[in-house]
Amino acid sequence: MTHATAARVILDAGGRAPLLPEARTAFLEALDQGWADPRRLHAEGRRARMLLDGAREAIAASVGARTPEVDLAPSHTASLHGAVRSVVRGRRRTGSQVVVSAVERAAVLNAADFAGDRVTVAVDRDGRVDAQELCAAVARPGVALAALQHANGEVGTLQPVGPVHDAARAAGVPLLVDAGSSLGHVDVGDAWDLLAADAGDWGGPSGLGVLVTRSGVRRSPDWPEDEDRWFPGGVSVPAALAAAVALQVAVATRSADDTARRRLVDVVRTRVTSDVPDVDVVGHGVDRLPHVLTFSCLYVEGEALLAALDARGFAVGSGSACTSSALEPSHVLAAMGALTHGNIRLALPRGTSATDVERFLAELPGIVAAVREAWGVGGL
Amino acid sequence: MTTVDARGLRCPAPVIRLARAAADAPPGSELTVLATDPAAVHDVPAWARMRGHEMVGATEHDGVHALTVRTRA
Repeated sequence: MTHATAARVILDAGGRAPLLPEARTAFLEALDQGWADPRRLHAEGRRARMLLDGAREAIAASVGARTPEVDLAPSHTASLHGAVRSVVRGRRRTGSQVVVSAVERAAVLNAADFAGDRVTVAVDRDGRVDAQELCAAVARPGVALAALQHANGEVGTLQPVGPVHDAARAAGVPLLVDAGSSLGHVDVGDAWDLLAADAGDWGGPSGLGVLVTRSGVRRSPDWPEDEDRWFPGGVSVPAALAAAVALQVAVATRSADDTARRRLVDVVRTRVTSDVPDVDVVGHGVDRLPHVLTFSCLYVEGEALLAALDARGFAVGSGSACTSSALEPSHVLAAMGALTHGNIRLALPRGTSATDVERFLAELPGIVAAVREAWGVGGL
Repeated sequence: MTTVDARGLRCPAPVIRLARAAADAPPGSELTVLATDPAAVHDVPAWARMRGHEMVGATEHDGVHALTVRTRA
């Protein structure tokens, strides 16, 4: 086998997309200009502070918020933990319930369990939350916070954040919208009170999360005091600047990227269904993120499938239990009643070519068949 | 009623064992698979849906899941 000539096809950009070239340039420049501690008062510190404030301002403009509403976090997980914990603490006199959909990111579910009493609302076969039930749960007494993702990053399905935000507002409950898989890819709108997003997902550097909190949302830290109140210790200035630049690029090219990637995902959806026997294609076909698609292959071990694809040059994700350190399969697939084994999760980075997708589609049926043959499951 | 013992096996082995038993059984048979793999709880119903079988029961005792299907008539 030759490795030197094998071009890699990256189809696993969810949460960790290849760094956009503009972001790389900004990061390198900021290493020179913004290395100092922005909390220091000397010229170097003030320069770093200026770059950091500029990054917050640019991010605020990209999401339609005011700069003071934007806090930067050391990761998307930290931004979600911080959001849930601070709002539950800030609204403790109202109640301790955190109403969530069953397919929220683990960071939201775990933070809800940690900080309050989680109320989980089921999803349908497409992974879309029951809006009526979620709205009803939010209207009951004792709710500190509601959390609903803008779209599910594993299966791509968009969530009904508009009606849920209306119901939350009527009940006086703040709504946290996890846009960690959406921002930079689709318009996330303004149906939120807290908005969390992930720079690594939109082509910025990893290790930079964003939390935007509308003024008026009552929150209080349940952790030690720090000069950087909401995310103690602050963030890397070069990462913040590169994240802001990447977001500007992502938003500017969003429409063209959307068209191109949506078309490719439609092709994958159709061809996987027709060319691979016994496959469960998961997630809404229309109301979805432009770049995400998940499907599960019956009788196939996810780990073997990933290894075989990797050996052929394809980097893909998976929600199967045997591909993670946990014994449990993806809670998203489980909540949807989807097949959890043999799962392949695609998130196309910007600029994915039709040639790369075609190569993947040409090789996939043979690779799945070979894995099935090794397990002797033909004809079952 | 046939019982398939898939305890200790990881996904997708429990579903494959069940599928083999279903292939040998007459239509309308009830089959129960015993599994310790948590993925089986989700994958057996998903397999039944894809194959047109019917889920008739799911219980858990001491970490062992007993999942029962009735094969397509």
